[in-house]
Amino acid sequence: MAVLTEAQTEFFEAKIARDEKIEPRDPMPDGYRAHLIRQISQHAHSEVIGMQPEGNWVTRASSLRAKLILLAKIQDECGHGLYLYSAAETLGISRDEMLAQLHAGKAKYSSIFNYPTLTWADIGAIGWLVDGAAIVNQVSLQRTSYGPYSRAMVRICKEESFHQRQGYEIMAQMMAGTRKQRAMAQDAMNRWWAPALMMFGPPDNDSPRSHDAFNWKIKRESNDTLRQRFIDKTVQQAEVIGLTIPDPDLKFNEATKHYEIGPLNWKEFYDVIKGNGPCNRQRMEHHMQVHEDGAWVREAAQKAALNGQKPA
Amino acid sequence: MDNQLNIWEVFTQSKPGQPYRHAGSVHASDRQMALQNARDSYTRRGETSGLWVVRAEDIAATTIEDNPSFFDPNDDKIYRLPSFYTMPEGAKNI
Repeated sequence: MAVLTEAQTEFFEAKIARDEKIEPRDPMPDGYRAHLIRQISQHAHSEVIGMQPEGNWVTRASSLRAKLILLAKIQDECGHGLYLYSAAETLGISRDEMLAQLHAGKAKYSSIFNYPTLTWADIGAIGWLVDGAAIVNQVSLQRTSYGPYSRAMVRICKEESFHQRQGYEIMAQMMAGTRKQRAMAQDAMNRWWAPALMMFGPPDNDSPRSHDAFNWKIKRESNDTLRQRFIDKTVQQAEVIGLTIPDPDLKFNEATKHYEIGPLNWKEFYDVIKGNGPCNRQRMEHHMQVHEDGAWVREAAQKAALNGQKPA
Repeated sequence: MDNQLNIWEVFTQSKPGQPYRHAGSVHASDRQMALQNARDSYTRRGETSGLWVVRAEDIAATTIEDNPSFFDPNDDKIYRLPSFYTMPEGAKNI
């Protein structure tokens, strides 16, 4: 990586100022490239690790319909991981390096996937709340300044809307069911609500990398703005199906027309990021195991391709 | 170093008659695997009538820094545009 010339810097900054997308072969500052590699690879890892809590329920889905839907959703998550790895690769990092960073604990993934899926209602809560929060974030990221990332977001947002709807449908069905089913749905709501809100990241006054990300137009809206948008949408949806938001301080502010929430437990958030969540170890061990188990397939495929190569 | 296979760029056609557009990339060891992976990754909603895959390293591309001098032979040839020509007053359908 080289330091940009004055002309290159001017070119980059002018493009950002005009709201044009930066493309892989454009000159860009090292800091911009490094920020994107970190953000996009962590986004990709989240999609891939996110398959594990859902995969836990495939064999126990509540009906054949539910099973087919869950399989399709998990396949989408894998696809979304691939779109994002593909976007990150355009910045000059290899898939191999990204996986090595994940396995070494250098690259993170969304800490929400370190929580377990204890009941079928958790599959509903994940689709509705976790994918719902991800969609709010990703809709905003469609306007990010890096072309390949932005295009991956457009594709992902198109596909994600069914994810949220299938989750909400599960919750609605359970809330229309027996007393036991309603209790199960409420329990899932109680466990996933706060972690879903924390998916947007720390409050704006405690978000260390935001300054550069805003200047470079990688990030277009603040953590708190996005979180508020999600809260305002979701409270109404919970009310419609009779779920209670697990926050005694929740109130609607007539003046601002926004819901206000009580304090979130950021200590727990940082603890889970550090590796102390209920499933951190399990998630990483499973990922490494599957990756190693598949190595012979990649080797065999490569050898077969070389053997089959005809002279030019 | 783990073997992650080669990168192939993927181009999709949304309907017959439409141009092929870049969609992203996949990893694969050969053409057949590249096509299958591209199908699984980029056409899960039945919105594709055709797929192209090409090894990423086989693509030649301009860089934005080359662009001004690379494309400037076209800048002084405005007579390639229909608006360059003066048509006689009253002439129709031209």
